[in-house]
Amino acid sequence: MDLDLPLIWALLLATAVFLYVAMDGFDLGVGILFPRLDRGEERDVAVNSIAPVWDGNETWLVLGGGGLLAVFPLAYAIVLPALYMPLIVMLLALIFRGVAFEMRFRQDTEAGKRNWDNGFWLGSTVAAFSQGVALGAFVQGIAVEGRGYAGGWWDWLTPFSVLTGVALVAGYGLLGATWLLWKTEGALHEKARGQARRLGGTTLAFIATVSLVMPFLQPAFADRWFGFPHLLFAWVVPVAVVALAVVLFRFLAAAPPQGARTSLLWRDAIPFGAALGLFLLCYIGLGISMWPMIVPPAITIWDAAAPPSTQRFLLAGAAVLVPLILVYTGFVYWIFRGKVRAGEGYHH
Amino acid sequence: MPWDAFPSALDLARFQFAFTVVWHFLFPAFTIGLASYLAVLEGLWLATGRALFIETFRWWLRVFAVAFAMGVVSGIVMSYQFGTNWSVLSDRAGPVIGPLLGYEVLTAFFLEAGFLGVMLFGLNRVGKGLHFAATCCVAIGTLMSTFWIIAANSWMHTPTGHDVAPDGRFLPLDWWAIIFNPSFPYRFLHVVSAAYLTTAFIVGAVGAWHLLRDRANRHARLMFSMAMWMALVVAPAQVVIGDLHGLNTLEHQPQKVAAMEGHWEERRAEAPMILFAMPNMAEERNDLELGIPGLGSLILGHSWEAEIRGLKSFPPDERPTNVPLVFWSFRAMVGIGMLMVALGIAAFVMRLRGRLYDTPWLHRFALAMGPSGLIAVTAGWIVTEAGRQPYTVYGLLRTADSVSPIAAPAVATSLAMFVAVYFVVFGAGIWLLLRLMAAAPHPAQEGPSEGEPIRTAGITPAPSLPHGQVTQPGPAE
Ligand code: HDD
Ligand code: HEM
Ligand code: HEM
Repeated sequence: MDLDLPLIWALLLATAVFLYVAMDGFDLGVGILFPRLDRGEERDVAVNSIAPVWDGNETWLVLGGGGLLAVFPLAYAIVLPALYMPLIVMLLALIFRGVAFEMRFRQDTEAGKRNWDNGFWLGSTVAAFSQGVALGAFVQGIAVEGRGYAGGWWDWLTPFSVLTGVALVAGYGLLGATWLLWKTEGALHEKARGQARRLGGTTLAFIATVSLVMPFLQPAFADRWFGFPHLLFAWVVPVAVVALAVVLFRFLAAAPPQGARTSLLWRDAIPFGAALGLFLLCYIGLGISMWPMIVPPAITIWDAAAPPSTQRFLLAGAAVLVPLILVYTGFVYWIFRGKVRAGEGYHH
Repeated sequence: MPWDAFPSALDLARFQFAFTVVWHFLFPAFTIGLASYLAVLEGLWLATGRALFIETFRWWLRVFAVAFAMGVVSGIVMSYQFGTNWSVLSDRAGPVIGPLLGYEVLTAFFLEAGFLGVMLFGLNRVGKGLHFAATCCVAIGTLMSTFWIIAANSWMHTPTGHDVAPDGRFLPLDWWAIIFNPSFPYRFLHVVSAAYLTTAFIVGAVGAWHLLRDRANRHARLMFSMAMWMALVVAPAQVVIGDLHGLNTLEHQPQKVAAMEGHWEERRAEAPMILFAMPNMAEERNDLELGIPGLGSLILGHSWEAEIRGLKSFPPDERPTNVPLVFWSFRAMVGIGMLMVALGIAAFVMRLRGRLYDTPWLHRFALAMGPSGLIAVTAGWIVTEAGRQPYTVYGLLRTADSVSPIAAPAVATSLAMFVAVYFVVFGAGIWLLLRLMAAAPHPAQEGPSEGEPIRTAGITPAPSLPHGQVTQPGPAE
């Protein structure tokens, strides 16, 4: 039996990275929205809604990094030095944020609490921005010579990468707002609705801009989208984006009906689902542009693949463990299901 | 050129790696042991129903949450450091060590992270049994994490089970041989018991601190007593494991042992054990040597006649690059190990005399030993890693050939940022840990007596839990 191991691994890692974006996206988004929330109870509830899960969410980032090292070591060895600065800044921002989480609950003074709240906001925003910048710089292409990175340490900084950086901050903000809409009630819930509407519009505008610029970055990208026969399939993505945008705004606009608790709960989840859908479509769009490059413009997934013995060894474990992880992660989310109320959560 | 005085990208990358990994390891060294301790406390509570255990559990749980968070965020940095700063190493050795780290993520990190939320916040949402299971999952996760990371690290010290491709890449052949490489069993045991000791001495110091204030404090008594049992049993075991570990190292990395022992010359027999010396690398000898004749042969060779190879019998470019660092770090670790044994025995004697809780000098001794595990662990890693130089994959890939093609100013910038952020953020975190540990544990403060409102840990007093779940005690106040 001859499996195309690099192909399987590319799909698996792409899934892991998407799960990271979807899950850490909303908890970073909650941090991004922090300045808009009232000090005190609103912020505490917002943090409590993500406190039990953020660590698990961030673990997908570790899997993305560790997995890339294991199965596409060449890509890992080229991309990470190329994106040196944005990645280091992202890691430092995540440190700030992870510790601010714990610190903000334990400050005796208002000023102390305000400082860690700011740290939480800044860490979340900078992490999101650097991820966006890294993404933009990656898509634009990386200079390679032999088996190593051949560019300078400022190559990543371009107008396009700044654009994707800001776009991701808005997008994560949207995820955060729709998450809060789902998980909270009362004033915070309504505030989240307003934020989600505003950020929804902004995010869609960014999606449009980035999509228009993308085809001009590399000829291969243009061919993917406008060349025949790809065009026959490629149009589905933008159409689906529009459809999801309609769903998002319809459910953001609707005033909550006086219904039963549970139906209300799931109804409130729809904007979050729609926002995730938008992310997924953008992600698929990106995949269409890049395929089958793992380091654009020159290195394919087959060039970068680790030897089959490596890929097979890890695949054996991943085939069993990833489904198991998804099950217990789902179980943990289930345990913490429902609306978060003031005073619940961070009791230790 | 002004750049002439600038350290090389290689030196900066080494310093950056050492700085971030030592910071990182301070947290796991504590949380690996603390997770197991928490599982024991909760298990004792379930078995006996005594409130003392769950109160002590909740008290430590708050400390655990903070320490664990710092371990997580500093660890994420590590998994990206390989690529950012050691890209050639990643490209070549990635096929071997990558899957080990991959298994660490899949078997350990997800388990820990997934059940951490339940452990910290779930006592009111899930039953006691399920909560205990979550605590155990976290504890087991930390041990599995240790297993995989130590396998990866040990393979780099004693590589086996692979082939080297013409382009220098390592190709895995036999995964069993890779994971259970020759130094792995010793290193794994040594690190796990190091983590348990680190925790035991911190728990013991906290207990001692509160006993010095109030001898009757039941929680402090429990902590102190449990910690002193651990010291009595594990500290001597660690000395034995360390000795075996050293013999194994002598077999595979004789240069490292020569540096640890401060031996420059070949000794046919009766090599001294050097207690104190100033290794002088330029002149290839020790200044001011103080040793016990013959004991070196006895310890390393387990015989007076054993032959000991000195550093001079290796070509200069095969020797550890910083002999005094290895030599002194080793003495720091072993010295602390001996002090740990001493404290364990002293406490046992006092316990037999029935004075475990009323002996202030003992409590002061234990208090002073609080950070000893962290210091020993750091020293131990410096011995291990600095002694492996000049290689990253021992004998096969040199450190100088492992580094990323990044310009020195870039590494210097990132290093400066790491130093600034780590000192500010982890400094604040450690300050918080110390404050948490200084707050006296007593039941009234510990959490809800039944039916009372639960407060958030923040400054806003919040209303009680909904859904009538207050019959079980919350994870903490
Ligand atoms: C002896 C055990 C041990 C050792 C030698 C190391 N670690 Fe560690 N690490 C742990 C034991 C541990 C742990 C106890 O399992 C932690 C602490 C907090 C946590 O989540 O897991 C952890 C956390 C942790 C995390 C975050 C996990 C998460 O998101 O939940 C990463 C990515 C790493 N580590 C990676 C590393 C790397 C790359 C190391 C080597 C250079 C390293 N660790 C040394
Ligand atoms: C007197 C007793 C001890 C002896 C003889 C001893 C011996 C050793 C040796 C020979 C090494 C280097 C092994 C190598 O690099 O190949 C080492 C490393 C280390 N030691 Fe110790 N040690 C002792 C006590 C301790 C104590 C008390 C701690 C911590 C609480 C500790 C923690 C470590 C750690 C974390 C390492 C690095 C990981 C490793 O390689 O095992 N050691 N020890
Ligand atoms: C998979 C595991 C590990 C890998 C791949 C690894 C790899 C490396 C590399 C590439 C360096 C830089 C080269 C150098 O030594 O200068 C290094 C240094 C170092 N590492 Fe490890 N390491 C691992 C685990 C650890 C752990 C867990 C610690 C403990 C805290 C540690 C402590 C150190 C120290 C203190 C240095 C500096 C030594 C020196 O620069 O002389 N290492 N290691």
